[in-house]
Order: sequence, then structure tokens, then C-alpha cells
Amino acid sequence: MEALANQLPIGLSIAAVLLLIALGLTFTFGQMGVINMAHGEFIMAGAYTAYLLQGWAGEQSFLLALPVAFAVAGLLGLLLEWALIRRFYGRPLDTLLLTWGVSLILQQLARDLFGAPNVQATAPGWLTGGIDLMGVRMPYNRLFILGLAVVCVVGVWWYLAKSPQGRRMRAVVQDRELAAYSGIATGRVDRFTFLLGSGLAGVAGVALTLVGPVGPGLGTFYIVDAFLVVVAGGLGQLRGAVIAAVALGMLNSFLEFWSDASLAKVLVFVVVIAFLQVRPQGMFVLRGRSLV
Amino acid sequence: MRSRLLKALTLSLTLPVVLVAGCVSEPGTGASPGVGGDGIKVGVLHSLSGTMAISEVTVKDAELLAIEELNASGGVLGKKLVPVTEDGASDWPTFAEKAQKLISQDKVATVFGGWTSASRKAMLPVFERNKALLWYPVQYEGLESSPYIFYTGATTNQQIVPALDYLAAQGKKKLFLVGSDYVFPRTANKIIKAYAAAKGIEVLGEEYTPLGHTEYGTLVNKLVDAKPDAVFNTLNGDSNVAFFKQLRSAGITAAGTPVVSVSVAEEEVKGIGPDNVAGHLVAWNYYQTTRTPANDTFVKAFKAKYGVDKVTSDPMEAGYNAVKLWAAAVTKAGSTDVEAVKKAAGGIAIDAPEGTTTIDGGNQHVSKTARIGVVEPDGQIKEVWSSGAPITPDPYLKGYDWASGLAP
Repeated sequence: MEALANQLPIGLSIAAVLLLIALGLTFTFGQMGVINMAHGEFIMAGAYTAYLLQGWAGEQSFLLALPVAFAVAGLLGLLLEWALIRRFYGRPLDTLLLTWGVSLILQQLARDLFGAPNVQATAPGWLTGGIDLMGVRMPYNRLFILGLAVVCVVGVWWYLAKSPQGRRMRAVVQDRELAAYSGIATGRVDRFTFLLGSGLAGVAGVALTLVGPVGPGLGTFYIVDAFLVVVAGGLGQLRGAVIAAVALGMLNSFLEFWSDASLAKVLVFVVVIAFLQVRPQGMFVLRGRSLV
Repeated sequence: MRSRLLKALTLSLTLPVVLVAGCVSEPGTGASPGVGGDGIKVGVLHSLSGTMAISEVTVKDAELLAIEELNASGGVLGKKLVPVTEDGASDWPTFAEKAQKLISQDKVATVFGGWTSASRKAMLPVFERNKALLWYPVQYEGLESSPYIFYTGATTNQQIVPALDYLAAQGKKKLFLVGSDYVFPRTANKIIKAYAAAKGIEVLGEEYTPLGHTEYGTLVNKLVDAKPDAVFNTLNGDSNVAFFKQLRSAGITAAGTPVVSVSVAEEEVKGIGPDNVAGHLVAWNYYQTTRTPANDTFVKAFKAKYGVDKVTSDPMEAGYNAVKLWAAAVTKAGSTDVEAVKKAAGGIAIDAPEGTTTIDGGNQHVSKTARIGVVEPDGQIKEVWSSGAPITPDPYLKGYDWASGLAP
């Protein structure tokens, strides 16, 4: 029974990881409709940034790595958008192949730069250990990821709802032509959206070094889950992504508790597929004026 | 638009599988004959990309070092060895396809390759069909003896059984089994359960996770709840990093619940972070710290070729040995002909870094010394127990009463 109670915070911490990796995608995939297969590699770029900073500044550089990784991954995303993706808007299948190719190139680049084996990113001392909450042990690193996810969600919400930039972005998403006629530089908004979405992937990458491997294949472990969250939540919907991440996290943790990891993964997919049969557009639907 | 997007996404999730599986072999490296002229072509087939690259690249490096050393001392049968390297890409059908390519297109004399049992099982029919030779350099689950494969890593009675004996001698009565979800861990655990049933050891849990799995919260929770005396870990690849990091942050220490790993060597310890795995046990036949003259030479040569911060590990040593053993067999046979080499191989012994290792002509495995080690905070592994002498390979565990029900 006690073990069962333990699954609740574990489910939450899985949800936090899912949310962090998917948050950037709610921008690039959700808002702009770009299936960015290289999103996982931006996560990887964030993780390697944490590793490199550690080599230069010691393990206390972990907090510093968060903004730096945001910048590194964000710039990579910006570059990708500017150099390639903007030529492919409205052609989802082509962008899919394009970004998948980019993801393979980035993986090989990481392998050439850092070697095929995993590298070691040490967690700072204050993140090792944990506390007992109501008889449930919560590791500090899990709490940190949870906190970071909350901060990122609030930040994204504030950006979309309150800032002028966010307002412009929503305008472009809802009706690109009308936004352009109203004097919004849609190209610049696209680029900025990509910067933010990719930057968030970088932040996720830094957080993931606390619990997972840091290697060239890092992105491939998370990319499918990230898309799963965004699709189940409804494209472009922040609250959808949050609810989907929590639901999938809980589902994962309890299904794994009662079966095993392989079966849980299958069952989660079955549930999502069944859910999408009922609600093909995910939990929340963005109502636009387009007829399609 | 939206539904098109979803369709494209579905495609995107299946695409990598389809594309990788459909990869077509690249054209051969040239017109030079497989065997003859002034070179002998040999294949080196490991995952240089994908989730297994972390481990397999190092084995490839060790095999290339052995080939280079042989060439420096005059080659084999007076001819230089020419390695043809292929990438198995952590994808089992690709292994089969590349093996076929090395055999029929490059006409190599032999192939050194594979890591996961799944890759070996995929290549096995290719080598048997073509009557070609594969040297497989990694410890595995046993219960196999193909006439066209030489196994230079440990079989179960040279690694898993000694590890269980060691745990039993330490008074560990309750075990928890954790493994990746494929052939090796499942078969290894079958053997462990048979052993446990016969020796009065309790198996409290048996958990599998997909290769590349990174979320171990639930599994660690189950483990904490079960309160085992020790954990037997057959996870492979990147998963080990996530497992040990999350085990440690859940407050499980090596002193309270030691984990015995059979797929974590020096190279993996580096990626996991020595802090996260220090004090836990590993079972192998060779460590970088193993004291033999041949190992001094091996470690020195490896560092000279690949960099001073590189480490050497058991599968690397087994890959290195495979090349040397094959060369010795070819020299004895006077030819690279597969049947002649197989015939000559039985009884061939070399002074390997792990000590003397001898090919068993019957089952084509090699004799190996079993060693239990503990991971040190500096990332090296210290031997705490050894079998003293090489153990004769027994892939079907015929010499063990408790294992009578295991053979297929």
C-alpha cells in the first residue's frame, strides 16, 4: 500500500519530465504546425551544454547552464528555422523528412564532437539526497524538475497571454494573412516562436542530466513521448499539454506498477490511440476561423 | 490541415523504423580480392550509431588495435589484414544485412562483431547459410553453440554462475532481477531463477524495461518495497545511466543493497558517473586493473592509439582476443578457409590480458577466469574475488544439476 502511495509522486515527476520536453513542442508543433523531429536533438544540445559548462566552471554551474542552454538550443532552432524550415511551411511531410535528417546530422555531430559513449554530468551537491514527505521519499532532483516545469509553464502562459510578443504570436497562429495585413511581421514572429520552443528544449535537456544519460542518442529517447503529450493535449494548447502530461505521467506510473515497463508503454499508446478515436483533435481544440 | 498534420506525425513516428530497416548496403570498397593479393580482408561489424554505440564503438576500437598490431608484426600468413568496418546501427535486421554484405560482396575471411544477443541471433542464420565465420566478443546468456560462431566472451558458467556463487557466499538470500527486455536478460534470469530455486534463494521481483528506457522511478519504488539483499542487473546500454542515477537519488546505497551488474564495465561507469555507481559490484573476466604482463601492454597500446583518458573493458579485451585467436588459428591452419580454421582452432591458447585463454574445440567458446569487482570512486574496478584458474566453457550448463531443465 505504501508502495502504491509512492506511485503518486513518481507519476508527478514523470509528468514533469514529459511536460518539460513537450513544452517547447507546443510552440513549434502546436502553434506553427512544424513536425520538428530535431526537437530531441535540441534537448540533447541542452544536456551537452550542462556537461561542457561543468567542465569549465565546476558542478555549481548547473543553474547557470539553464539560461545558457536556452540560448544555445534557441539559437540552433532559430538557425534551423531561418535556413530551412521557413522554406517549407504548409508542407508538413517535407518538413518532417527535413527535420528528421537534421536530427540525424546533429546526432552524428554530437558523436564526433563528444564521442559515442555517454558523458558524465554530475548533479550539484545540493541536489543529491531527498526528503520524506508523508512517508514518501522525494529526491531533491525530482523536486527540482517539478519546480522547473511549473516555472516554465507559468512563464509560457504569461508570455502567451500577457506579453505583446505573445499576442502577436497568437494572432499569426489564428490567421496568418490577417495578422500580416495588420502590420505584424509574420516572418519575425515565426523565428521568435522557434527560438522559444527550441530554447525550452534546451532547458529540458539540462534538467534531464539529473536523472538520465547524456549521450548522442539522448533525444531519441524522449521525442516520441513529447509528441504524444502535444497530440493528446490538443495542438497548441498549453493547458492541454499540462493535463496530458499529468495524465500520461500518472497512467505510466500506475500501469508500470501493476505490470512492467514494456507493457506499460504499450498500454499507454493503446489508451492514447483509443482517446484520439473519440477526440481526434486532442483534449482541447483551438477554434480558428479556417474552414479546414 | 490538422488531420493531415496528425497523419504526418504518425508517419514520422514509424518512419525511422522503416527507413533504417530498409537501408541498402553501400557498394564495396573496391576491386581488391577478399583473400589474396597482398591483403586479407576481415569484417568488423558493430553498432557505430544508435543506443548500443556507447558500448560497441569501444569494441570496434579494440579490434582495430589488434589488427594493427598483427599488421605491425608482419600480418597473417605474410599478408596484411585489411579491416572492412560496417555499422550495425543498433538495429538487428541491419546486422544481418551488413553481415551478408561483408560475406558476399567484400568476401571477408571472417567477421568480428555484435554485442547484443539480438544482433547475434539475427546474424547467426546468415553465417550458417554462407558457411562463414563470426567471432562474437561479448558475454552472453549461453544455451547456444553455432558451428560458425566463435564466442570469446563469457558464457553463463564463467560469469553469471560465479556471480551467484559469490552472492550466496556473502549470505545474500533475497534477489531482485532487473533487465532490458530482450534475449540476454530474459535467458540470464531464467538461469538465475533455476539457480535460486535449487539453492534456497528467494527471487522477490523480476522487472524488464525496453532498451533505451530512461524512467526508473516506478521500478526503483518496487525495488525499495521488496527490500532485497541484492539486485542482479542485466540492463544494457544507456538505461544503466538512468537506473543508477535514480537508484542513488532514491537513497539506495551499495552498502545496504548492492547491485551486481553484468553489462557495466569501465566505459559504462564513466558515463554513469563513478559517484552514482561506486561500491556496487560487477561480474566480468577482465578489468583494466587486472595484473598480467599482456594487460600492461594492451592498456598502454590502447591509450597510445586512442588517448590517455580512454579506459579498457572486458568486451573490448574479448574483441581484441578474438582477432588474436583467429590469427593464431589461421596461422596453424595455413589458410583462411573456414573449415580449416575451425579444425585448427581447438586447443589454441594465447596469453591474453585476462590471462591464458584457450579455445574449446567442441563448443567453440573459450576458457576464461571469472572475476567479481567493486566499482571504485575513481571509475576503475577493483577485483574482490577471482576463480583463480580459467573456467572451462559450458554453454548448456551440462555440468550443473539445477540447470537440467534449461536446455532447449
